[in-house]
Amino acid sequence: MYGRKVKLRFFFILLVLSVLILSVFLVLKSLEENVVYFKSPSEVKMIKELNDKKIRIGGMVKKESVEMLKNEINFIITDLKNEIKVTYSGVIPNLFSEGKGVVAEGFLKDRNFFQASKILAKHDENYMPPEVKASLKEK
Amino acid sequence: MMIYSAIGFYSLILGLAMSFPVIFFSIKNFKDNKILDSKIINFSFLQLLLVIISFLGLIMSFVFSDFSNETVFNNSHTSEPLFYKITGTWGNHEGSLLLWLLVLNLFIFIFLIQSRDLLKNYRILTVLFQQIIIIGFFIFLIDTSNPFNHVFPTPSEGLGLNPILQDPALAIHPPILYLGYVGSSIIFSSALAATTLNYISKTWATHFKIWVLISWIFLTLGILLGSIWAYYELGWGGFWFWDPVENVSLMPWLALTTLLHCVLVLEKRSTLTSWVIILSISTFTLSMCGTFLVRSGILNSVHTFASDPERGLFILSFLFILVFISFFVFFVFHKSNRQEIISFSLFSKETSLLINNWIMMYFLSVVLIGTIYPIFLDVISSQKISVGPPFYHKLIIPFLIPFLIFMALGPQLKWIKSRFDEKIYLIFFLIISFITSYFIVKNFSESFLINTILVGSAFYLFLITIRDFLKKKKINFSQNLSHFGFSLFILSILLNNILSNEIITNLRVGETFENEKLQIKFKELKKYEEKNYISFKGYFLIKENKSKEELEPELRVYNQPNIVTSEADIKTTFLKDKFITMNTVQNEEYFNIRYQVKPFMLWIWISVLIISLGGILGLFKNKSL
Repeated sequence: MYGRKVKLRFFFILLVLSVLILSVFLVLKSLEENVVYFKSPSEVKMIKELNDKKIRIGGMVKKESVEMLKNEINFIITDLKNEIKVTYSGVIPNLFSEGKGVVAEGFLKDRNFFQASKILAKHDENYMPPEVKASLKEK
Repeated sequence: MMIYSAIGFYSLILGLAMSFPVIFFSIKNFKDNKILDSKIINFSFLQLLLVIISFLGLIMSFVFSDFSNETVFNNSHTSEPLFYKITGTWGNHEGSLLLWLLVLNLFIFIFLIQSRDLLKNYRILTVLFQQIIIIGFFIFLIDTSNPFNHVFPTPSEGLGLNPILQDPALAIHPPILYLGYVGSSIIFSSALAATTLNYISKTWATHFKIWVLISWIFLTLGILLGSIWAYYELGWGGFWFWDPVENVSLMPWLALTTLLHCVLVLEKRSTLTSWVIILSISTFTLSMCGTFLVRSGILNSVHTFASDPERGLFILSFLFILVFISFFVFFVFHKSNRQEIISFSLFSKETSLLINNWIMMYFLSVVLIGTIYPIFLDVISSQKISVGPPFYHKLIIPFLIPFLIFMALGPQLKWIKSRFDEKIYLIFFLIISFITSYFIVKNFSESFLINTILVGSAFYLFLITIRDFLKKKKINFSQNLSHFGFSLFILSILLNNILSNEIITNLRVGETFENEKLQIKFKELKKYEEKNYISFKGYFLIKENKSKEELEPELRVYNQPNIVTSEADIKTTFLKDKFITMNTVQNEEYFNIRYQVKPFMLWIWISVLIISLGGILGLFKNKSL
């Protein structure tokens, strides 16, 4: 009924469309899987169901809470309302210190205990993660 | 001393004033039929000169530590070495924008000189479009980020340059990167001018190509410098972290690379004009977007010198104006050329080029989504999220396979249609590459299948380009060199990824870490006083199999601003880097030690250099294929 050219073009458009839809789907899917949510210790306390997704926790390193051992370091992240214990073994950024802002990435063991797999390095001593600033400001 | 600031400020104002005669004579000259008015060139030169003087004024203020200047006060300190006083000029928001402006002016001036034999009105229009950008940046600079603001009373000491910026690679990283970023402004202006006049042709493409190549080379080198710096200064032992700030430079690079290929097609075959126009617009828009994201404080990084919503708003509105203008020009003036030869067979150079263009556009969208989505989500739902490397790896790596294969195939095929039976060797090489890759990867990796295919595809490109060097007499040498560099680049990254290993441990002075393979001994810690910092050097002895290595990482405590930085110690050889960093936590005896063995690290840098070398050679060669 239709010429060969029209058919060809039709298939071409169909191909382009399906590739497009497929790639959008792929992007969204992997976005959903790989997004890391950011929470403050208070927000962690309010989590209803614990899952094994990776999250980030930000706040201040509580004064006199750092304990360094041979193969791990323990400390407490606080937002001055609630706090959470963190265990970590890995690279510690230079600007990590007591009383300063920190962001830890990892997995929640329970609402009080966090196993960090990464502590984020910040480049500037005046820098405070905006999330931390916001959660400290609420006080 | 204050005189330099004053000179700088007034020449900046005068520089802005120069835009009026340039625009006036351009419009006047546009209407009559004479040759290009030399006044346009003269006033452009004057404008450039004034901006240079202004920039020199700022440099001098830095050199003489004139703390009555706010920019100097915020970013300099008397105890800094002279070199870092000078580089501090562009190590901050205001100074770096002045540099932007300088490069904008420099490029349009070079354009005017170098485009003598092109259509007069095309040159004038390019100047006009470029002036819109220049005026925008002048106003932005003077209004929201004046580098010559006064501080009164004059402080006796400055706040100092962020120590991690006190580094040779980072000293030249911004100027080089800017030459690439801002080079895209000329691409933008001249593409719009050519569209308006319907001047897009082979002659135009030949001329236009030079600008694309120049920006591309500088952008490539600029990104390379940034990566090298991140590798040794940030101490994470990687060179690319999919940080939004890095992505922001990768996006224009991807657009520019695609544009480069389209322009080459345009030059040879007079097709893909719409691609060229749209990509020219997007390259510059993405560069501007990058500036916006980085400067507005939306993204947090070392590049965010000072976050100021007003600045962000200005760039954003300016960006919208530019996008609006370019859309207007594109839809009103662009007539698709009826003579364009659109038909080509599936087995041709055009097909593989187009496929790879689309793949690069896909990469670009992935990076764009990953960078923008968190900001977007924050705005609409105030949920804080971050998108990590797995997202990018998952979406980009699989598509590298066809990308590499088509990259190898494309140059082997002819325009319009190729005969299949002449190209049997292509399949033969493909089989060889995959077999070789199988034997390389077999011994190491966990995710075996994907790595084999990836290494195989990269190796395929590698072999095909090498075959071209050896066998073909008439090859497009520069293109082949860049493609060869790219294959080397991917191969080094893959092998680096597969073979890297690391040890992270906490040690006290005198202690030793031991496992089956190696031994790390923390021998001693020494203190040295330097000009503007105190250095703590750790002495480590690493025993691995039979080899012994002494490594000396350093912790630097800067006095102003008071920051601790760690300097990695890296032993580089052709085959691998040994990388060690040492960190400290206040009041703790333990030091946090990270030791990494990174194979083929040097080759990553070398291959990027080869890629850009291909571009440089392309500049000097006018006949190809």
